[in-house]
Amino acid sequence: MQSTKRMLAGAALALALAAPAAAEPVKVGYIYVGPIGDYGYSHEHNVGRLAVDAHFGDKVETSYVESVPEGADAERVMTQMALAGTDIIFATSFGYMDPVNNVAARFPDVRFEHATGYKREHPNVALYNARFYEGRAVIGHIAARMTKTNVIGYIASYPIPEVIMGINAAYLHARKANPQIQFKIVWAYTWFDPALEADAANALIEQGADVIMQHTDSTAPMAIAEQKGFYAFGQASDMIAFGPNAQLTAIIDNWGPYYIDRVQKVIDGTWESQDVWLGMKEDMVVMAPLSERIPADVRAEAEAMMAAIKAGTYHPFTGPINRQDGTPWLAAGEVADDKTLLGMNFYVEGIEGAIPN
Amino acid sequence: MTLLAGIDPVAVAAALIVAATPILLAAIGELVTEKAGVLNLGVEGMMILGAVVGFAAAVATGSVLLGLAAAAAAGAALAGLFAVLVLGLLANQVATGLALTLFGLGLSALIGQGYIGVRPPPAGRLAVPGLSDLPVLGRLVFSHDVLVYTGVALVAGVWAFLRFSRAGLILRAVGESHDAAHALGFPVRRVRALAILFGGACAGLGGAHLSLVRVPQWTEGMTAGAGWIALALVVFASWRPWRVMLGAWLFGGIAVLQLNLQAAGVKIPVEYLAMSPYLVTILVLVIITADRPRAALHAPAALGRPFHAAG
Repeated sequence: MQSTKRMLAGAALALALAAPAAAEPVKVGYIYVGPIGDYGYSHEHNVGRLAVDAHFGDKVETSYVESVPEGADAERVMTQMALAGTDIIFATSFGYMDPVNNVAARFPDVRFEHATGYKREHPNVALYNARFYEGRAVIGHIAARMTKTNVIGYIASYPIPEVIMGINAAYLHARKANPQIQFKIVWAYTWFDPALEADAANALIEQGADVIMQHTDSTAPMAIAEQKGFYAFGQASDMIAFGPNAQLTAIIDNWGPYYIDRVQKVIDGTWESQDVWLGMKEDMVVMAPLSERIPADVRAEAEAMMAAIKAGTYHPFTGPINRQDGTPWLAAGEVADDKTLLGMNFYVEGIEGAIPN
Repeated sequence: MTLLAGIDPVAVAAALIVAATPILLAAIGELVTEKAGVLNLGVEGMMILGAVVGFAAAVATGSVLLGLAAAAAAGAALAGLFAVLVLGLLANQVATGLALTLFGLGLSALIGQGYIGVRPPPAGRLAVPGLSDLPVLGRLVFSHDVLVYTGVALVAGVWAFLRFSRAGLILRAVGESHDAAHALGFPVRRVRALAILFGGACAGLGGAHLSLVRVPQWTEGMTAGAGWIALALVVFASWRPWRVMLGAWLFGGIAVLQLNLQAAGVKIPVEYLAMSPYLVTILVLVIITADRPRAALHAPAALGRPFHAAG
């Protein structure tokens, strides 16, 4: 089913190639792991694409393929895009990491930009990522101050460093605000399955959670929190429409400025491979307006934390922090280096349960 | 049981029945379609169209029941298109079914544009004074939404229809040998068309259960493969209604149970839990079918073969 959809997209790309090339617009391709209508992660990448359209007008021609599974399918889609004359391809999900490098090897003239990964094996591959953990630290603090049961439910997708980092950041700041806090974590093993995500939210509520965090992409957990009268945080996108009472805030991925900058560099001929990790400071990670339901003191604490992170005076992973097994990770005042964070494969002290393999 | 420490079995059982309903509805409809000898791979497309049309109608009218009726009608309408192509124009069933899924996904995304972030009217739950308040049975049996009961009733109805009624016998005859059925004077194409429409209506209802009850919201692509699971279920249940229900409940049940086990912090490797719904459902259904050589006989002999009345 998906592959047929992509074949159609490929055919469309081929047709676009056959069209008369008058001004030769720069061709920009995107592949998304979910539908652009997920109103979460893939949606925000597409918002970034539309920002490129709006900024450059006729000078660029963007295209996208949505719901591309991570793995061999991604390789096929990117190959089709490259064959269709695309100049730069943004591969927007972690699992596209190996496919990106495989396709990049075959098309040295096409630039590839991979989001949230760590492999850069060719000079035409660049990496970009957002410091989502900064936002997770903020919501961890808010969650711990808002819960009445001291149980936070966390819907995780896959056990990759990105997700583990988010759990750790949220937990560290939740515990700091409320030492009684307990995290219950459910691994959904999917980025997008509204029904499953809804069931996961229900299971967590059944287990006493009254604040839900998610690292999956659909708005279903937010809808469940709204329906049952609990709190939740928007993931990747402002989900206030789905939870006007439930959403406390949301971590918004703001990709537009980065995409515009990189496409400009392609137009100028100055594009180079790089590896960037931007956060609140660069406005790549933005928080949605804090809910009216958050009391003034909690709001002030959250805003202070955001201001400190934005100013660069506070890093959410500042020691002393021990690993789950009690061994020291960061000494007092020590700040985590990016390499450790990007390869994070351990829970911090206090989180119950084991990370699946 | 220490394994279930911290889990309320009644809550899990009640949740599994809800979780199983979309695939149960879609699968029982597909079972009837396949029993008539037609393979419709468009279940996913009919489900998602039912999800969005049911949602839109429920929002517009404020009535969940009207939403469900619209969902069934939308599923049947898409199935009607399939029937015209496959029965009228003798198009290839597999290709047409796949196209139906693609069409349904695209059309639903288009229709759903205006319904992002909209909340549907609440789905009413059965509330029988006395019964719904019973300690265990009340929550387990007497407090669900209307579609849960519809699903069970449809399974019983389909079973009785295929087994005891003359019309059911004709439908099975058409599915076994359309030439023989035609020679006996049965209207092969009409029977198949009705079976396809029934399958579409059921799939539409299944989709509406997702968007109106289980999640409840409209999200593009929200069926996320449920239609394919329903299709597989029909085969693994060897085209028997009650086994379809067993399979749907097993799949939905284990999916819900594993999430609850995770939430309760039970120390079982999560990766095994996450794949368990697929494994256990297939295993159980294969095993109960395995020692019966005649299991293969339950596959409709004319399944997927086009019918062209000669002479």
